[in-house]
Amino acid sequence: MNDFFLIAIVVMVFLLIFQIAKASEYVSILKGEDKQRKQTNRINGFLLITFLILGLIGAWWCNDLYYSKTLFPQGSASFEGENIDTMMWITIVICGIIFFITQVLLFVFAFKYQESDTRKPYYFTHSINLELLWTGVPAIVLTVLVVFGLKYWFKFTSDAPKDAQIVEVTGHQFGWEFRYPGVDKVLGKKNYKLTDAAHNNPLGVDWTDEASHDDIHTQIMHIVVGKPVKLVINSQDVIHDVGLAHFRMKMDAVPGIPTTLWFTPKYTTEEMKVRTGNSNFVYEISCDQMCGKGHYTMKGIIIVEKQEEFDKWIADQKPEYLKVDEILDPLAKVDSASARTVAEVTLIK
Amino acid sequence: MSNEAILHDQHFGTHDAPHAHEHHDHESFITKYVFSQDHKMISKQFLTTGIIWAIIGGLFSVIFRLQLGYPDSTFPWLQDLLGHWAKGGKLDPEFYYSLVTMHGTILVFFVLTAGLSGTFANFLIPLQIGARDMASPFLNMLSYWFFFTASMVMLSSLFVQTGPASGGWTIYPPLSALGEASEGSKIGMDLWLVSMALFIVSTLLGGLNYISTILNMRTKGMSMTRMPLTIWALFFTAILGVLSFPVLLSGAILLLFDRNLGTSFYLSDIVINGKILPNEGGSPILFQHLFWFLGHPEVYIIVLPAMGMVSEIMAINSRKPIFGYMAMVGSLFAITSLAFLVWAHHMFVSGLNPFLGSFFVLLTLLIAVPSAIKVFNWLTTLWRGNIRFTPGMLFAIGFVSMFISGGLTGIFLGNSALDIHLHDTYFIVAHFHIVMGVAGFFGMFAGLYHWFPKMYGRYMNNTLAYIHFWVTLIGAYLIFWPMHYEGLAGMPRRYYDFSSWESFKMFAGLNEFISFVSIIVFAAQLLFVVNFFYSIFKGRKVTTQNPWGATSLEWTTPIRPGHGNWLGEIPEVYRWPYDYGKDGRDFIPQTEPVGEHESKH
Repeated sequence: MNDFFLIAIVVMVFLLIFQIAKASEYVSILKGEDKQRKQTNRINGFLLITFLILGLIGAWWCNDLYYSKTLFPQGSASFEGENIDTMMWITIVICGIIFFITQVLLFVFAFKYQESDTRKPYYFTHSINLELLWTGVPAIVLTVLVVFGLKYWFKFTSDAPKDAQIVEVTGHQFGWEFRYPGVDKVLGKKNYKLTDAAHNNPLGVDWTDEASHDDIHTQIMHIVVGKPVKLVINSQDVIHDVGLAHFRMKMDAVPGIPTTLWFTPKYTTEEMKVRTGNSNFVYEISCDQMCGKGHYTMKGIIIVEKQEEFDKWIADQKPEYLKVDEILDPLAKVDSASARTVAEVTLIK
Repeated sequence: MSNEAILHDQHFGTHDAPHAHEHHDHESFITKYVFSQDHKMISKQFLTTGIIWAIIGGLFSVIFRLQLGYPDSTFPWLQDLLGHWAKGGKLDPEFYYSLVTMHGTILVFFVLTAGLSGTFANFLIPLQIGARDMASPFLNMLSYWFFFTASMVMLSSLFVQTGPASGGWTIYPPLSALGEASEGSKIGMDLWLVSMALFIVSTLLGGLNYISTILNMRTKGMSMTRMPLTIWALFFTAILGVLSFPVLLSGAILLLFDRNLGTSFYLSDIVINGKILPNEGGSPILFQHLFWFLGHPEVYIIVLPAMGMVSEIMAINSRKPIFGYMAMVGSLFAITSLAFLVWAHHMFVSGLNPFLGSFFVLLTLLIAVPSAIKVFNWLTTLWRGNIRFTPGMLFAIGFVSMFISGGLTGIFLGNSALDIHLHDTYFIVAHFHIVMGVAGFFGMFAGLYHWFPKMYGRYMNNTLAYIHFWVTLIGAYLIFWPMHYEGLAGMPRRYYDFSSWESFKMFAGLNEFISFVSIIVFAAQLLFVVNFFYSIFKGRKVTTQNPWGATSLEWTTPIRPGHGNWLGEIPEVYRWPYDYGKDGRDFIPQTEPVGEHESKH
């Protein structure tokens, strides 16, 4: 019933607007079309300048309402991201000035030079000097932006520092998996054809590579504050994207083509809870590349902590290779040689 | 009554004229309205089909905005409309993504490419360069019917059991290649690809026709530098389309192969739902290159015609020449050339080589230079004019405002260092909707209000037009301006629900506001649609040949031109089309010979 009411009201409003609009045509004929046209012209000229003023006030107000919800006030949670924020501010200021000048000129000119019986339009076809001016100035400004931008870009995309913690990130519909290289600091090889979730090898690790035997597979990513971390990013099915808004970082996860990304976290999760004033704060990995119906649920959690806390946590983790062994034969003693044989058997199978 | 009689005479005037095309004397309903080879009728066919698509595409956005704005509410009527896609009045996530995908596809390709270029290139090229029709009216007709067939295939995909394509309008594989990855990647995706292939054929037939018509069929005296800027813009648009659409076709065909013939162009190392696929060696990045090689020029295919029409309408209604005609042509050329060299700026975070990326940063930001030239030239055109705010002119001013706003945010996104943070957030949604969507539409509306009298011999209702303009302008800013803030908070696009995200859930109130405004703006567009169709039949009649006091050739034809456009000889052209306010005269038509004492420009 309510719906019908709503529809009826909408239709009525439509009809009303339409009738008024029709009637205005007759009125204009009665009034004299030219006179009516000039009056409408004045109204629209007035509305244009009003729009400019209210629009600028509105933009200010919008900033007031939402600035605090952007990521600027809390600052970048990674050291590299600080450069992005700086760059963002430079760009905002430059573009803001251009925006203000051009929008004001547009609406002010429209208002000021609206039709008047006394004005003769100025026959002005071109001016080499003016055109050189507004080719040259934007070119110089853009050069500045390009130089700054590329300087930072090459910094972010350079090789990660040697001491960086390596974490492998694997995306799939619809979740994230993480793998740590263990004490040897080398990730074991993978082969997607070995993927077998039922036998505790959801990532397709090649157990014949000894480097894999101490690799740790987790559902939550733990990283150390102040220590660079290098993500090696994979996808098992479709393209995903590791979106790290707080760290100002992002990289696609592409099946068949590993990508990398590195950054240095600046604040621990606990510190961020204080900085944001949100006791529920967590670093979230958002999937930023459409990946299917569960795209919006594809969340990963990162915990940034102090070195001691991290060491304690990682010491509690059991390498995945040992879990394989357990499943196959719970009674078997942990023996890397026999476990490997068993793993090989499953491979052949 | 007497007007009707005049129109009646005008309408059949061509047939009495000795020079008119005699083979069009016996027009039946079919040859006149359906399989017409008259460029004006084909233009109206493109326009009408485009409007219908725009309503469908716009409605889709309203439906998914309901989900975004009111994630906790249910709308029982949605179930009546969509059946199992909205059980209990709650939109299914799978179908949400279908709606998003179809909204993008429909508006980018069917409305703002076919509906915009198809309408105005067909309508204006012969009329403004002084030709009786296109170089090949038959190919032109085929162009429309390929578009129509593409439309039908796309429409049919809305009704298949597994739903239409749902991988986003960019259809990145492997998501779009594997039926196991999503419902929309089943038969819906095949239909999408077939429809796009047909669409590309249509675009190519149209584009080749536009190019050859402009190059070969200009009337006597119409040198290239005497063409209105609309024609220049449509010319470059057609070149862009002809050179880039075939690349999309190849990309789409390879995708069809991967889907149906077991090839591995885009597929490698995939495990899906526990199933290990045999494909190895393909690259999903290859598709992105092929897609964006069209995808980026595509945005210029949309915005160039709008720029051309805005330039024309702005000069006419400022009663002043367009400022810097040659610079305008030069910047169109620069934009067209650069459009081919910037595609990978959509792929900064795809794993692209960062060194390669740096070239794309440079080339992308270079586009800002010709864009700045255009903006400042428009501003100078307004300066010291005598401006009439016709609905067309208001939309032209609105276009410039939108182009500035959306263009400036492009400077953020084109800079790869910032793109790392802003990529695939609401910032980009705001950017391209303003600069391509809204600006494209504003150009289209400007053109429609301006040339409607030429198209149908009647005016649209001005009051409705003004309401339409103001609601749309204000609404567009209310919708898209705050989205930049969501983007600066890293809020990802294409999310069905944000409520479980600690990082993004604080924007629930804003999302509701945006959805509310978008419903109102959609309603205002319906007002336009009503005005449009009503005015075709019942609008105020045009009684003078040149209602806007314009210089270009289309206003020298009869009020309702028949097939062949001019009665008698095609007029000769003696000057450029922007002699407004020269030597104290309001305007001097292009057909008037240059006087002895006339000042030079």
